[in-house]
Amino acid sequence: MGHGPAVKLGKDNASGFKTKLGIKMFIAYTIVYAIFVIINTTNPKVMEATVMGQTAAVIWGFGLIGLALIMAVIYNHLCTKAEEKMNS
Amino acid sequence: MIYTQSPLAIGLFCFFVLFVLGLSFYLARRTSSAEGYYAAGGNIHWATNGIAFAGDYLSAASFLGICGMIATAGYDGWMYSIGYLAGWIVALFLVAEPMKRLGKYTFTDALDSKFNSKAIQLMAAISTLLVSVFYLIPQMVGAGVLVQPLLGLPHWVGVCIVGVVVTMIVATAGMASTTYVQFFKGALLLIMSTVVVIAVLIRGLSTAPENNGKAYHDFKTLHADSALTLVEEGYTVVAGLDSEFGKAGFVKLSKDGQETMWHLHETATGYDLEEALFVTKMHDGTKLFNGAPAEEGKFFPVGHIKNLNYKGQEVSATGAVGPFAYLSALKNSTIVLWGKKYVQVGDEMTTIYYQKPTAGSRILRPGLKFKVDNATGLQKFNFMSLMLALFCGTAALPHILIRYYTVPSQAAARKSTIVAIAGIGFFYVLTLFLGMGAMTTGVINITDNTMSAPLLALSFGVILFAVISSLAFATVLGTVSGLIVAASGAVAHDLMDNFLGMKMTDHGKVRAGKIAAVVIGCIAIYLGIVFEGMNVSFLVGWAFAVAASANLPAILMLLFWSKTTAKGVAASILVGLVSSLGLILVSPDMWVRYGKLPADAPVQFNSPALISIPLSFIALVIVSLITKRVTTAEEAGETA
Repeated sequence: MGHGPAVKLGKDNASGFKTKLGIKMFIAYTIVYAIFVIINTTNPKVMEATVMGQTAAVIWGFGLIGLALIMAVIYNHLCTKAEEKMNS
Repeated sequence: MIYTQSPLAIGLFCFFVLFVLGLSFYLARRTSSAEGYYAAGGNIHWATNGIAFAGDYLSAASFLGICGMIATAGYDGWMYSIGYLAGWIVALFLVAEPMKRLGKYTFTDALDSKFNSKAIQLMAAISTLLVSVFYLIPQMVGAGVLVQPLLGLPHWVGVCIVGVVVTMIVATAGMASTTYVQFFKGALLLIMSTVVVIAVLIRGLSTAPENNGKAYHDFKTLHADSALTLVEEGYTVVAGLDSEFGKAGFVKLSKDGQETMWHLHETATGYDLEEALFVTKMHDGTKLFNGAPAEEGKFFPVGHIKNLNYKGQEVSATGAVGPFAYLSALKNSTIVLWGKKYVQVGDEMTTIYYQKPTAGSRILRPGLKFKVDNATGLQKFNFMSLMLALFCGTAALPHILIRYYTVPSQAAARKSTIVAIAGIGFFYVLTLFLGMGAMTTGVINITDNTMSAPLLALSFGVILFAVISSLAFATVLGTVSGLIVAASGAVAHDLMDNFLGMKMTDHGKVRAGKIAAVVIGCIAIYLGIVFEGMNVSFLVGWAFAVAASANLPAILMLLFWSKTTAKGVAASILVGLVSSLGLILVSPDMWVRYGKLPADAPVQFNSPALISIPLSFIALVIVSLITKRVTTAEEAGETA
């Protein structure tokens, strides 16, 4: 069998913590994304409203892209801290 | 017609192709092991891998397809950007680290890591091959589309160039060369797209678009009484109110021997006639553009603002603006979009493109392409299904997943995903400005919006056009390289080595991968030629739906449900593949391609994800529960 990583990986004691954190953050983002899709499907005219000088749709779009990056950075920070603490 | 070949563009194109080939041959000297060929030795730095992720992901569909769609349909094109980016959240939070932990060369390794199951090896390899081929077709078609304006060569030549170059890249050094090609391409694409967007903002908005010194065509409005007697002199009516054109709301006029098409608007005293564009497909298959062959240049690029409203005042130009002021001005203005109607006269089919002035606020929200306003339940279902496919597809694409094996650790896999999110997210923000810039700069070829982003660059001069076009071509090269590595891994590693149990030396595995790459490259060239004329974004959406249905349920359940069995995983992939492909084959869009009416299609939606993904999950759960029980019973029997 040719399975297993291409490079040898050390034991990661933080794996459980990271998995739980990943699931929680995934659910949080998915809820926001689902709300965006549902509004667009059920009441798209709402997305034409002006918010901060732009259409609500543009603000939602920037918001979803920005939120993905912010959550990614937070996730990495918490994971790195956990790895340092649990694997040292 | 709208394009001209530039020696600079040809020179840059040749330089880039030679550069990547040189890089591949250099790296090939260091690639003798299977780890080196399939996973670049697992030693790529996370930052390099992150940008290479962006290079892999920002395919022809992202750069050409999305920008073109935004240029003609506004916010609905940007919905693809939002959906694609959101998909990276699934990859980061759920898939990145476990994939790195479990796999070796291919995502089949990860799925099969707990089971050593022949069924999983076979199904996952087939899924990888099918998804890769689905994704390859639009990339190859995109190459053919690009090479026509760039080099003045026919479609099939472009497809062959990409096929041969990419096969050489992959067959020489595999994942190592693919990674560095992607890195350079991804980085250059981000930098040059930023340059174009900055240029768009500095130029600002205007009701008289600038196009590299060429004046924008002055679309006229004529006036006539109710008997269609024209106020303006010199025009004669060729096809009037009683003709097929008249019944569709248009009339054909002639002036100085030149035929023109006009859109009728009833007024109190008669008609206003608004100038339109038209393409006639003759009975022998030749096409006339505004009544003349394409070479005569009678067909015009389009895209302009009708009323420009900036800071509460109607103006003719804004001058340099910031990004938010740019979007705000567009929101408050009226932009001319283009509708399309078909008129059949005898055995000649005429496609008419007519002006549709639309409020900017309407363009900058969903609903122009996707039917969401006053939509039927089925139309809403179709939209939600597409958004689900985009969300779930990224983390299931084989050529993306194999990139997790090129980095040395799980932390590196995570960090490279974050770099990818930053790079890809930034690029997708740029697509909104690139698309809206093309929409208002008079550069769109309305018969094919794919070239909107390169043509926007051309409006700033041939140098930027040359760079952007070469990069667009490199985009195709990069993505096709990644796909061929993934597909060759599925054949050589998953099928030949694991499933068939062929005993191969390390050198033999590399050779098998290279031979597989050449064969798949040939198949890709053939499909790229056969599918000429197909929309680039069209098949990519389907590739996402198939990947999300076949692969993602298996990946997620394997990671997060302890009762998952090997047979459950194999059943999930099979059901996901068959249901998604089956629904696609009987969809209205495919019905059109069979030459039938879309209304007669057995199902009335185009995106299958909302059905096929749940089916795949259900198949996995049911089969896992059944086979678990059988296994448990067998184990109990043995114990007794």
